Amino acid sequence: MAVRRLEAAALDALFGALRRRGYTLVGPTLHDGAIVYDELTGTAELPIGWTEVQDAGHYRLARRDDDARFGYTVGPYAWKRHLHPPALRLWRAERDAEGGFELLDEPHDPPKVAFIGVRPCDVAAIAIQDRVFTGGAHVDPDYQARRERAFIVAVNCTEPGGTCFCASMGTGPEARDGYDLALTEIIAPARNGQRAEPSYLLEVGSERGEQLLAELGGRPARGDEVADGERRLAEAAGRMGRALDTRGLADALRRSLDNSRWDEPAARCLACGNCTLACPTCFCNTVEDTTDLTGAFAERTRRWDSCFTQDLSYIHGGPVRVSLKSRYRQWATHKLGTWQEQFGTSGCVGCGRCITWCPAAIDLTEEVAAIAASAQARASRRQARVAPSPERGTEAGDAAATR
Amino acid sequence: MLQPPADGRFAPPPAVAAPDLDPMRTVPFRVAGLHVDNEDTFTLELTPPHGYQFAPFKPGQFNMLYVFGVGEVPISISGDPDRPGVLVHTTREVGAVTRAMRGLRIGDAIGVRGPFGSSWPVEAAEGRDVVLIAGGIGLPPLRPALYHVLARRERYGRVMLLYGARTPEDMMFPDELAKWRAMFDLEVHVTVDRATGNWRGNVGVVTPIVKRAPIDPRRTVAMICGPEIMIRFACQELARRGVSPQDTYVSLERNMKCAVGLCGHCQVGGHLVCRDGPVLSYDQVERLLDVGEV
Repeated sequence: MAVRRLEAAALDALFGALRRRGYTLVGPTLHDGAIVYDELTGTAELPIGWTEVQDAGHYRLARRDDDARFGYTVGPYAWKRHLHPPALRLWRAERDAEGGFELLDEPHDPPKVAFIGVRPCDVAAIAIQDRVFTGGAHVDPDYQARRERAFIVAVNCTEPGGTCFCASMGTGPEARDGYDLALTEIIAPARNGQRAEPSYLLEVGSERGEQLLAELGGRPARGDEVADGERRLAEAAGRMGRALDTRGLADALRRSLDNSRWDEPAARCLACGNCTLACPTCFCNTVEDTTDLTGAFAERTRRWDSCFTQDLSYIHGGPVRVSLKSRYRQWATHKLGTWQEQFGTSGCVGCGRCITWCPAAIDLTEEVAAIAASAQARASRRQARVAPSPERGTEAGDAAATR
Repeated sequence: MLQPPADGRFAPPPAVAAPDLDPMRTVPFRVAGLHVDNEDTFTLELTPPHGYQFAPFKPGQFNMLYVFGVGEVPISISGDPDRPGVLVHTTREVGAVTRAMRGLRIGDAIGVRGPFGSSWPVEAAEGRDVVLIAGGIGLPPLRPALYHVLARRERYGRVMLLYGARTPEDMMFPDELAKWRAMFDLEVHVTVDRATGNWRGNVGVVTPIVKRAPIDPRRTVAMICGPEIMIRFACQELARRGVSPQDTYVSLERNMKCAVGLCGHCQVGGHLVCRDGPVLSYDQVERLLDVGEV
């Protein structure tokens, strides 16, 4: 399937084609001073001409000097709320006359949702949650049903944000798979003071996506147009706001549980759980069992949970992870280390949300880089002790060996 | 890239699971027996609803037990794996759910999900000496392993149970302990932290018992369950005596909400205790237990 070139009006056609197939459209829109994902009725509700400035603990909307529909990166919401809802009733039960109870059969019919404007990091995050919820011996049937009914319109990133590091995590700025349709927005420079309408390069990732093509118009993209899109994405990869060296990182974290460097983020962390809520892959959840006032009906509700609470690790007698240091360490080592052992993939996609939305401006890339460097230094010291180098005995060698 | 990957790795899952495959749906069993073991521990015997087939369990596995409207907790199975028609659970009253559980009467319903988790290596231990080390309420999760071994006694070398409790009154299954102590092919060593009444046995923690026990490190497979601090000291003592950490198995306790690897609560490093445990070999967890708060 060749790349196609679409005019801006094709977005309206896309919205219509999806709606005709019964999809509810959810995509980026302005709300409360941020770009969030919410139900969309038309393309006019996209944040046209808006972008955002992001840094550690910092997020501000800003005006663009063009009419880009997708001229920003990611906001505080992740798509997980549409696949793994923040609160979900798992079942209801009714007590019977003989001291027993019965689970009630309820229709399970989650909506068909089209995700509009899924960034490559978030496409990768969905693939990670697929592994968590549907890749093991036990499958979460609610997630599976929602996932099956989701249509993914990815939008590649030509302008990374201040806390982005998808290039380091190998998830962006171009979505390689895991979508139904993928767009790259091309903004031409203004001419004679007139803003140019954006155009789009379209790639098809599934049969479902291909079935929409006839309704979107456009034409096959020319070679120079495809090359222009590729160039913009390659340049974006070089302009990431953050970077993380992942070579040997999981192993360094595994060896660093007792590293005193964890004290530093722990001293700043407020245990608010923002990072885990904003993270597109964090999946920890809890269940609540309740009854109604009569005691005749009971139900179980699943809710998002966070490893920053003490309750998450509570066993009789008290929580396992009492100190904030142990909870921050759990989050970071799980995300970038032990996730690999549990699910065969890293738990981080480099979207930067945890950095932007941390009220204490703790930067995951900075903290784990410091831990990794410290582990590296420790390993070299150990090596120096085992096999003395020729410099050993000199002042510099001694300093390095005892630092 | 223009085509979906050939291996379909990121393709949406194919089908909607039927509700009866939902691992979070509990099955109402009935309380067929309830025994108070001592001041704060009790044993429940549960029978399945008519016609319900439940999977046989392996020694060391656990179920999620649900009291209507109160909550659900993971509790290891303490019964005989060779008698799969009835589920036996022994637990201590430590919170709202176990308190409500103790208030149940014969015939009341209790929700069951399971069995879940890994098991004691009773088959791999054939031909070897078996050393069971239990602390307090750690004896019930080991009892199915002991039942299994005693039922096939000829397949094992020496079999030893080292058991420590807070006081003589806190000892679990005192009648069975007396029976086990009388068996010529099972060595039982018990100790209490605090002697009361007319106790004439050992006083002190279980570690010195491990130190003195007649263990042949090359032949031994050890299985340990109890408070985490006791597990650590017992494992360290076994290691000092030359028992390989790969031959030393521990059962870990962690918070669990789903029991099927989907909720994240029971992580210990790279292990999900519900999925990879609760029984893990000491070499898998030694470093993690030493660091603490993992």
